[in-house]
Amino acid sequence: MPSKTHVQTTINGEQVDFLCEPRQSLLEVLRDVIGLTGSKEGCNDGNCGACTVVFDGRIVTSCLVLGVEAAGKEIGTIEGVASGSTLHPVQAAFLEGAALQCGICTPGFIVASKALLEQNPNPTEHEIRFWLANNLCRCTGYDKIVRAVQDAAVRMQEA
Amino acid sequence: MAIKDYEPNMVLATKKFDVVGTRPVRHDGTDKVTGRAQYGADFTATGLIYGAILRSPHAHARIKSIDTSKAKSAAGILAVVTAKDFPKLTASRDEYVQLGELNTRLGYLRDNILADDKVLYKGQPVAAVAAANAHVAHEALSLIKVEYEVLPSVLTAPEAMKGNAAILHDHLKTEELGEQTDKVSNVAQHFQHVLGDLEKGLADAEVVIEREFNTATVHQGYIEPHNATAFWNKDGKVTIWCSTQGPFEVRDASAASLGLDIASIKLVPMEIGGGFGGKFEPFGAPVAAMLSKITGKPVKIVMTRAEDLQGTGPTPGSNMKVKMGVTKNGKFTAAQAHLAFEAGAFPGSPVGAAAMTVFAVYDIPNVVVDGYDVVVNKPKSGAYRAPGATQAAFAVETVVDEIAEKLGIDPIELRLMNAAKEGTRRADGPVNPRIGCVEVMEAMRDHPHYKAPLEGKNKGRGVAVGFWINGAGESALTLRVNSDGSVTLSEGSADIGGTRTSVAMQAAEVLGVPAESISPQVVDTDSVGYTSGTGGSSVTFKAGWAAYEAANDVKAQLIERASKIWEVDAGTLEYGKGEIKSKSDPELKLTFKELAGQLNSTGGPVVGSSNLMPPAIGGAYAGCIVDVEVDPDTGKTTIERFTMVQDAGKAIHPSYVEGQLQGGSVQGIGWALNEEYYMSDEGGMMNSSLLDYRIPVSLDVPMIDTVIVEVASPTHPFGVRGVGEVNLVPPPAAIANGIYRALGVRMEVLPMKPASVMEAVWKK
Repeated sequence: MPSKTHVQTTINGEQVDFLCEPRQSLLEVLRDVIGLTGSKEGCNDGNCGACTVVFDGRIVTSCLVLGVEAAGKEIGTIEGVASGSTLHPVQAAFLEGAALQCGICTPGFIVASKALLEQNPNPTEHEIRFWLANNLCRCTGYDKIVRAVQDAAVRMQEA
Repeated sequence: MAIKDYEPNMVLATKKFDVVGTRPVRHDGTDKVTGRAQYGADFTATGLIYGAILRSPHAHARIKSIDTSKAKSAAGILAVVTAKDFPKLTASRDEYVQLGELNTRLGYLRDNILADDKVLYKGQPVAAVAAANAHVAHEALSLIKVEYEVLPSVLTAPEAMKGNAAILHDHLKTEELGEQTDKVSNVAQHFQHVLGDLEKGLADAEVVIEREFNTATVHQGYIEPHNATAFWNKDGKVTIWCSTQGPFEVRDASAASLGLDIASIKLVPMEIGGGFGGKFEPFGAPVAAMLSKITGKPVKIVMTRAEDLQGTGPTPGSNMKVKMGVTKNGKFTAAQAHLAFEAGAFPGSPVGAAAMTVFAVYDIPNVVVDGYDVVVNKPKSGAYRAPGATQAAFAVETVVDEIAEKLGIDPIELRLMNAAKEGTRRADGPVNPRIGCVEVMEAMRDHPHYKAPLEGKNKGRGVAVGFWINGAGESALTLRVNSDGSVTLSEGSADIGGTRTSVAMQAAEVLGVPAESISPQVVDTDSVGYTSGTGGSSVTFKAGWAAYEAANDVKAQLIERASKIWEVDAGTLEYGKGEIKSKSDPELKLTFKELAGQLNSTGGPVVGSSNLMPPAIGGAYAGCIVDVEVDPDTGKTTIERFTMVQDAGKAIHPSYVEGQLQGGSVQGIGWALNEEYYMSDEGGMMNSSLLDYRIPVSLDVPMIDTVIVEVASPTHPFGVRGVGEVNLVPPPAAIANGIYRALGVRMEVLPMKPASVMEAVWKK
C-alpha cells in the first residue's frame, strides 16, 4: 500500500489535518477519512454533481480532485452551509419548497445553488438551469429545485 | 353495472380535513438539506472492511474454472468468495422469492448474486473479495483467474425467440397458455388475455391501424448506487445495513440465499437515494454477509456507477405489435397486442403488468393480448415505475393518435368517447371499481395548455393517457403516545420521497393533532411487523391506512383512560378534534396532550398498532400534454411545454404529489428522447457512465405543470390511490405524437433520439 501524505487544509472554516493516500479523491477523504458524509458519491467521474463542494471559491466535483490537492486550500461542504442551528436561505427554500424527494442529490444542489446566488443574486430561470446542469436529480424533474433557487434569491435579498 | 355520476376533479373535496391536503415541512427534511441524513454508503462501523465484486466480461459463457488462490494470498486480502461458498441449493431452487413488484425463483436469485456454472450477462457477479482498503479490494479482483467458454449471445426478444437462437437456460421450458410444456426455449412464458371476439370486432371496424414498436433497455437512474454493509456475528446473527425499497424482501431473500432463518437477519434500512423500482434485489447484501462470516468484520460493498448500470435490474426493451379497429364514428371495436419483453438473464419481465395495462385506458369489447416473457443476455430486468406500462402505452397511444388523425377527431375527444369507466372489464379480467380515467381526460381537455395556440414551424402538440394498477400489500405500524403529547410513529416502509410525512399526516388527521407532533421513524425489520416494499405506489396508501387504523386504536385506548379518570362509562365519551370529552357533561374534557400526561398513572403506556393487508383498489390514470419543437435537420427534439394530469385519489401532501408528477414526467422525457443501453455485438453495455447514459439535466426540460385530479379510491379511508408511478406511463407516447404533429413522421422506436427521428424522416 502506498504511504500516506500529511495534508493541512481548511474545511468549513476550520483547520483540518489528515493523512491520505495520493490516489484518494477529495470526496473519499471527506467521507471516509474525515467523516463528512454529506457530500455524496453518485458516479465518481464528475457527471452527477452529488459531491459538489467549494474549492477556494469555485465549485468542483470533489470526486475529480485529489485529497492531496486540498493542501492549503479552503474547502466548503454541505456541512458548513448552515450557521449554528439556523438554516441558510437556500436550505430553507429547498426544505419549505419540497425541492427534494430522496435527498441524495440535495447537498450538491444546495452547495451549487448557494455559489450561484453569491455571484448572481438575481438569476433568470435559464441561468439557474444552466448553472445547475451538472447536478443530476432523478426525483424532482427540477421544477421545484429551480423554484427553490428563485425563492432563495428573494430570501437572501431580504436578509 | 350502472355508471355513477361524477363531479369533475373532486369527489372527496366536500370532506374538509385539518391536516390531510396541507403542506407541512417534511419530518426528515432538515437532515437532508444539511447533509446529516445517513444513506447506505454513509454507514460505518468499528472494524469496517470493504468488499469488491468480480463481474463477468462476457454476455454468455460457461464458467470452466475459477482460481482464487493468488487473490487469497495477496497482501491485504482478507477473504475471497464464490458461489461455491454459499449453501448448496437443492429442491428449493425453484422456490419463489418475492421481490416487490416482481418475483423470482431462489435459484435464479442465487445465480444473480454470484454465478455458479454459467454467466448470462456482462456484469454478472462471479466472485468477491474483502480487504481493509477499498482500492486494494478492487485491485485484487484482477488476481482471480476465471476460465470461460464463451457462448453465442442473444440480446433482443425477437432474436431470442428464433428457433436457432442460443439457449440461455438448458432447463427452462416454456409455459404455454398456463400449461407447462417440455419445450426448452428462451420463452419462459407465453400467456394470453381474451375478451369478446376479436375477429368479430375487427370485422365491425371501418378503420384498422396496425404498427410494430421496439423499445430499448433503460435504467431507473437513481443517483445513489446500490450498497450494502453486513456483519455476521459470532452468534450466527446477521445485520445488514442498506438502502433498499424492500427491507423485508431483501431480508427474506438474503435469508433464503444464505440458508438462514429469517429471524437471524436484521435489516436496518438506511436512507435511500432513489430507487424507482430498481432497489428490491439483494445484490451485494448476501455477498457482504458471506465475506463477513469469513473475516468476522463488518463488510461494506458499494457499487460503482458502471457496476450499477451493468449489473443491476434495468427495465427491459420490448417488441410490440398493436392493432386496433374503430368505426368511422370513433368507437373502438377491437384491439390486439403482441407484447414480447426482454426478461434479461432470468425469467420475470414486467410483461404481465404490460398486458394488464395495455388497453386499460379504454372500453373495448373485443381484445386479445399475447404476452411473452423472453430471456436474453442482459441483466435481469427489474421494476421501473409502473413496470411494463410505459412501453405498452407508447405503442397503444401512438396507434390511438393515428386513429384520431385518420378520423379527423380531436385526440382527447376520441379518448373520451372510448374511456374506461367504473364497470368496464379489463381484458385480463378485473372489472373497474370507481376510477378517474374520464376525469383525467376532461382535465386535459379543459387545461389552458391544450387550448393555447401553438405557433411556429416544426412544432407539435401531443397527448397520451396511461394506466397503472397500483399495489398495496402488508403494512405494520405503531403509534406510541409520549407523556408530553407527542407521538412516535414506527413503520416498516422505506421512505423514498417523503412518505414519512404523508403517513404521519394521516395519523395526525385522525388524532386531531398537528403533523409536526408526530415523529415518524422507519425502523429495522426486528422492530415492526412485515411490511411489503416501497413499490406499486403503495406506501401512502397502505401505511397511511395502517396509520389511520393505529390512530383509531389510540383513540379508543384514550377514551378508555379518560373513562377511568372520570369514573364514567366509556360509552358516554367521545373523541373530538384532539380532545376527549363527555357527550353530556361539558366539564369533562381533556386535550390529547393533557391526557397523554396522565397515562402512566392510569395504566401505563398507550401504543396503537395496526397490521393489515389492505385490498389494492387504487388503480390510477394519468395523461400529459406536451409541446415539442423538432429540428428537421438534426432530428433533435426540444420539450417546450409539459403538463401532467393525474388522479391521486386524494393528495395527502400536495407538494410531494406534484413532485411525483414532475419527476415521472422528466423520467418519461429521458426515456422518450435519450436513454438507452447501447449494446456491443458481443452483448456488452457500451455507455455505462452517467456521461454516456444521459438522463435529463435541468437545462433539458421546462417547468412541469401539474393538475391533481381527486377521484377517491373507493376503499381507502382518505381516498388515496397512490401517486408514484402512473406519471411515467404517458410521456413517451405523448412526445411521439408531438413529433408526428411537428414533422409528420410516426415514431415506432424508443428512444426517439435525433438519429431515429432522422431515419423516420428519410423513410417517409
